[in-house]
Parts: sequence; C-alpha cells; structure tokens
Amino acid sequence: MYKIGIDVGGTNTDAIILDEYSNLVHSVKTPTSVDIKTGIETALRNLLQESNIDKTKISHAMLGTTQCTNAIVERKKLAKVGVIRLGYPATASVLPYTAWPKDMIEKLSGNYALVHGGYEYDGQLLGELDEAEIQTLLEDWREKVDSIAIVGVFSSIKNDQELRVRSIIQEVYGEKFPISCSSLIGSVGLIERENATILNAALCKVIETTTTGFVHALEGEGIFNAKVYLCQNDGTLMSIDYAKQFPILTIACGPTNSIRGASYLAKIKDTMVLDVGGTTSDIGVLQDGFPRESSVAVEVGDIRTNFRMPDIISVGLGGGSIVRVNNGKITVGPDSVGYKISEEALVFGGNTLTTTDIAVRLGLANVGDRSLVAHIDEEFAKEAQLEISFLIEQAIDKMKTSSEDTQLVLVGGGSIIVPDTLRGVSNIVKFENGTVANAIGASIAQISGQYEQIYIYSKEPREISLNDAQEKAVKQAVLAGALAETIELVEVEETPLAYHPENATRLKVKVVGKMG
Amino acid sequence: MRYLDKEAIEHIAIGAAFLGTGGGGDPYIGKMMALSAIEKNGPVKLYSVDEIEDEDFFIPAAMMGAPSVLVEKFPRGDEFVKVFQKLAKYIGKEKITGTYPMEAGGVNSMIPIVVAAQLDIPLIDCDGMGRAFPELQMVTFNLDGISATPMAITDEKGNIGIFETIDNKWTERIARSATVEMGASSLVSLYPTTGAQIKKSGVHHIITLSEKIGEIIASKNRNVKDKLHELLQLVSGYELFQGKIVDVIRETKGGFNLGKMNLEGMEVNKNENMKVHFQNENLIAEKNDQVVAMTPDLICLVDYETLLPVTTESLKYGKRVRVIGLPAHEKWRTDKGIETAGPNYFGYDYDYAPIEELVKKVVAEHV
Repeated sequence: MYKIGIDVGGTNTDAIILDEYSNLVHSVKTPTSVDIKTGIETALRNLLQESNIDKTKISHAMLGTTQCTNAIVERKKLAKVGVIRLGYPATASVLPYTAWPKDMIEKLSGNYALVHGGYEYDGQLLGELDEAEIQTLLEDWREKVDSIAIVGVFSSIKNDQELRVRSIIQEVYGEKFPISCSSLIGSVGLIERENATILNAALCKVIETTTTGFVHALEGEGIFNAKVYLCQNDGTLMSIDYAKQFPILTIACGPTNSIRGASYLAKIKDTMVLDVGGTTSDIGVLQDGFPRESSVAVEVGDIRTNFRMPDIISVGLGGGSIVRVNNGKITVGPDSVGYKISEEALVFGGNTLTTTDIAVRLGLANVGDRSLVAHIDEEFAKEAQLEISFLIEQAIDKMKTSSEDTQLVLVGGGSIIVPDTLRGVSNIVKFENGTVANAIGASIAQISGQYEQIYIYSKEPREISLNDAQEKAVKQAVLAGALAETIELVEVEETPLAYHPENATRLKVKVVGKMG
Repeated sequence: MRYLDKEAIEHIAIGAAFLGTGGGGDPYIGKMMALSAIEKNGPVKLYSVDEIEDEDFFIPAAMMGAPSVLVEKFPRGDEFVKVFQKLAKYIGKEKITGTYPMEAGGVNSMIPIVVAAQLDIPLIDCDGMGRAFPELQMVTFNLDGISATPMAITDEKGNIGIFETIDNKWTERIARSATVEMGASSLVSLYPTTGAQIKKSGVHHIITLSEKIGEIIASKNRNVKDKLHELLQLVSGYELFQGKIVDVIRETKGGFNLGKMNLEGMEVNKNENMKVHFQNENLIAEKNDQVVAMTPDLICLVDYETLLPVTTESLKYGKRVRVIGLPAHEKWRTDKGIETAGPNYFGYDYDYAPIEELVKKVVAEHV
C-alpha cells in the first residue's frame, strides 16, 4: 500500500510517495501552474512514471494547497455571502463588514442582517430567536447570496440557535446550500469570529473546484480507490466533505506541513523548526509533533480574524537574499533574487551578491563555482555572516517561551546559509530530503477534532465538563474521517475567566486519530 | 473648536492606549464603535475647555464591566442617548451641552466619541484621570469633592437605573453589582458636572494629547529614535529601560489582574534588569532593584520597534519593549491624590516620590 502527498506552493508543486512503513519511495518537484490543476497533474504523472509503482495499491492521497489563501489575497472566485448575526438589539453599534477592504465587500455583496437572538456570557438567553424574521429574510435574499454565515452572540457558549437557523436555511434553500456557523469556526471575540466565518462562507466555490479538480486529476492518472484528504493548518487532515464545510482551515497549511515533515524526517516531536527558502524563512514550534497555535488575532487578506492558525513567523531571509553595504553597514535582505538565484548569484556567474555567495566563500556550502567568490574579503564575509546569524537568532528568540537554549531542526533549500552554531540554540539537526519536507508533512498527517466552550464548573463539575468537551471533539474527528477506536486526547487547555463571578473556565480540547 | 475625523480617531485610540499604562483592554472594539458612529453621523466637534461656559452642563459617558464580555456582546448603540436623556431629566437639566471621557485608555476614550456623534453634541477636550485607573472614585473630580452621583446605568436590553449614593466608593460597589446582573457589561453616565467644575477639576487637553501621541507613533517612514525623542518631549517623559520580557507572573484577585514582569536589558541597558508590578495598570517600575517610577505617575510599555502601546493582557516572553515613564497630572501629586491612587492604596510599601526625582537620583548614583 502507498500514500501520495502533494503540496502546492507558490513556486513549486511537490509530490511524494510513501510506502506502508512510511518510507520515502520517490519525490518530484514541478513548477506550480497558474491554474494549479495542470501543475498537480504534471507532478502526479511524473511521480507515477518515475517510480513505476502499482497504481491500484495507492490507498490514500493528500493535498496541501494555497488556493484558498490565494483566493482571499487576490479577491478571486469568492462567493456572495449573506451574514446573519443573532443578537439584536445588542451589537448594533458595530455592523458586519465594518473595517473590511471596500473591494472585498463588493466581491462578497455586503448583504447582512441583524436579527433577534444570542446568549449572555453565562448561557442565559439574551434574545429569543424569531423564526418568521429569518423566513422573511431568506425570501428577500433568494438569488442575492451564494452562501450564508451565521454568527450568534456568545455562540461559543451555546450554539443551538445557530444550528436552528442553519436548518431553517436548509429547509428553504435546500440541503446543499453552503452555510457556515461561527461556533464551529472561531473562538470568543464576535467581530473576529464573524470575519472568519464570512471568509469561510466566501470560499465555498474555491474549495469545490479544488477538491473536484484533485479527484479528477487522480482519476485521470488511473487512481480510483484512494481515500482523498486535504491538509489543515494544524497538521491534520480533513475529508473532502469536511473540507467543503471548513475551507478556511486550509489557510497556512504549507508552512505547517513543512515543519511537520521536517520533524518527521528528524524523528523529533518537540522542537523548533527553521525552514529556509529562497526569499523568506519560516520558524515554527512543534509540541508533540503538532504546531503551536497562535494566541493573537491574525489578519488574513487585511481582515482581522481569530480562527485557529499556527504560530509561525516569517523573516525576510533566504538563500537568495541580497547582501549590500549601506553607509558602511552590511545589510542582508529583505529583498531577494528569488527563483533567479541560479542566474544572478555570483557563484552561478551572476552579478548579485547573495547570502549563498557568503556561505560558499566561508566554506559552509559547496554550490556553484567557488572561484567566483574568492575575491570577497574574508572579514567582510564574516561580518555578513554575523548579520545573517543575528536575523535568525532574533527570530528564534521571539518564538521561545523560556530563556533556555532550544533544539533546532533545519530544512529548506536555503538552509546552507545557516551557520553551525547559533546563540540561544543548543544543537542544530540537518538531514537529506529536507527540500520536500512539506509534501512529506502532507502525507503523514493524522485526523483531528477540536472543541471549545465556556463551562461553569460550579454548575457542571470539571470531570463532566471535560468529558462533554472530549465527546464533542471526538464527534468532530469522526466527521472529519478519523477511525473512532484510534482517537486519543492530545490537548486540554483550561483558561479561568478573570472577571466572572462564578467559577467559569474556557475549556479547549483536541483529539487526534488515524485515517479511516 | 475643531472636527475629529477617522484619522484623528485612529490616532486618539493609539495615544489613549499609551496613556492607559497597560490597562483598559484592547481599544479595538471601542475604535470600531467610534468609527461606525462617525461614518453614520459625521465628524465630531471637539471643544477645548476654555471654549465652554461655566454654567453649561456636561455628562461623561463610559462603559463598565469585563473586557472579555465586551469583545463578544457590545452595545446596541442607542443606549447612550437614552441614558443621557434619563439622567438629564432626573437632574432637571433640559440641555446637556457636551460630553467627555472619564479616563484615557482602552475602550473609554472612544465611548464619548460615539455619544457625541449620535447626539450631535460636542466632545470636551478633558477627562477625569489623564491616564487609566481601575476604580470609579479614582477620578480628579472626586479629589475635589464632586459627587459621582446621581448616575444612570443602562444595558442594551433597555433596563435603566438611577443611583444616588452616600459617597463615591459606594457608587463603585453598587454600580459593579448592577453591571454583573446586566450581563457583565453596562453603560454609565456619572459625575455630572458644570463647565466651571470641568475647568477647575478636569485634566485638560487630554484628547489632543492622545491624538498627538498617536500621530507620532503611527507616523510612517521615520526612524524609531526620532519618533521616540519627539514623543518624550511631548509628554515630558523618560525612557526608563530597553529590554525583553523574560518572565510574567500573574494572579487573579478580587476581579483584578495582579502580577509582575521581569525584563532583561538590551542595547543601552545591557546587563541590567527591570521589574514592573501591575494591577490592570502598571504601578511600580524597579530598575536593578531600585524604584524609578511609581503610581500615580505613568509607566507605559511600548513595542521596541513600532512604539505601539503594549497592554497587560498581551505581555509574553520574548517581547521587546521600551519602558517609558511620565509625570502624572499635578492633581494626582497632592496628598489627596496620592492617598487615593498612590503606592500605599495599592498595597505597596513605598512613599510616593515623583519620577523626576527618582530618575535624577539613579543618574546621580550612576555617575
């Protein structure tokens, strides 16, 4: 049995095959095509031809893709979204779509309605749902919207109103109409959660083309029996059906796959990972093999959101970063020769001094023609190297949660520019095949379920609350395609709420299981 | 008189968060409410204190309650009008000439802008703290013996209450419990004041100051040194420390976030350390175990590179900051002011000394 992993990045589409023992059988790299689909097809064809494996033995196919991110950033292929906010008269002082970029509101049609409903912080009713109000609204919106986002005040505490509105919409518009419920997407913070839910709703068309495109590409290459999955940004997978409900969870899955692939290759589950590309480097932290989650509001395409995102920082430093002297001081990046490195860097006969040239001059790397950088003053090269180290060390330090030295796993095509020792780092682990770490990350992912709610322990004791949250997380995992009997608890996060008069705690539970 | 537009509001939000000394929460929701209100009703008029008449009548507006609730359930928007009219009627005043903020910082710098926009009344360039403090009686009007009540309180459902209390500490107690029942957040109108009282007891020019601070911090394409220099000049402040947060210890007691953070020096403060104690707001700063600033003087943390204010909730290991200290308004430096909001009130065993003296002392010992 084989698994196929494909990662569509900004520059390259990578594809790999793992055997049933998760050994790497073969890997290919092809340029990413404008329509994405052709690039995937080419990568698949090359992979299958070069490895010559039995196609009928491919049991799983995983896709990590940036299509949803691109759709938001480029404002393309987005659906018209109607927003129903449950909470009126509360919250009317800040309306949906406030502070959104104008061009984005136009693309999404800007339709919204504030209706009665919502809960208080302690689960008491803020407002009763008025079903007739919803019915009238839906009559008015017919033909005006492609997708609906439902957002209720404190729905993270009680979401039955959101789910009821969802069934009303399904009764009126049909079972297949795309609906996004905020309680299943974001955490506490109405505006940020609403924004994330709207984005999720806007991606319903993109995810449809992405998933059917992938399935067709597989069938076109004669792969009919594989189970098909999409990668999420937390290092786990989702089934096609689940992905269609939560397309936003694919955002930032690329860097996640890359750091997870690296940890898999290095066989280390708790570590910091540095992925050095041509223009930028990503730094992330793995805890028990999964990326640490970001704790602050994240902007996606200039829109403030709060859905789950990996805590990864990017630095403008890569193998193609340009080295300059400004007023007697050496600077490195943030601009880069990028994919033109093989023409423009000095070692390849070009005219631009890059970080790769510095590494070759100092004997850290052996690429291109060494003699072409022999003229660079050694002191100068050492100083430039110090600047490179400084940029990396600073970024590593920002990601640390304690002042102790950390272990660092190093991957990526540009990793040759990183020196052997860094301040704040106890040891650096490097290895081969690091350049397709992201596709490996895609193919080793498991399936997760997550649940978050505020529980009042004085009413529902801690044990009962924990069990309830875990049960709901397991349901999510099974829905996403996990085998129920393999599911285990991987994360419990309890945050006591400071201003609460009662013993209220925000409880977050995550479970992970094997693919079904 | 001048008008406040969107850009001015963006700047005021940043500047007020700076003067909020770590407290008051993230002003994001407040800013969004203010921007929405002026989008709908047009820009707001700002009057300086010398443009108002002694006998005219003014009421401040503020939100009370848990910041964690406010991010999920925010106001309907027309409560302000109701609570204003109710309080005006109760006091027997037909005309409320204008409104102003109770404190600089967080959400409460923005609420009066919403009120002014909706009622089409001017905003007055003053507040009752010149910074942020956690309790209702920590207001310069209280220092001059002005009563916080009659006050009005309301929620988005339409419940309205009027209180008359025997002193301003009771106002805090009763309003706090009503707020919890209203769903842990409420809108309040209190310290009704005349123009003469504002002139005597308010902290003047605070909105303009917030705006100028925000303008400097938000200015693009300038180097940090120049920006910082200009900022310090503006607020008569001192850069107390450049460092990295290496530890944050928090505990929750009696509805407050108490704690302390340790900073490890960098750049000019290499090999030195600083401790900052906070209770919602930053209260005491110690450099190498020597106190360099204490409440009611302001201790503001800003991002090392962007100079954007850092709130207590967002403190975490590794964050690079500059610690800036500035003198409190002179009203806080009186005996009554120090008794109300000085180090002893918050349980620290120090005698208050002004930041100017403390900084001088440290420099002198260093030389």
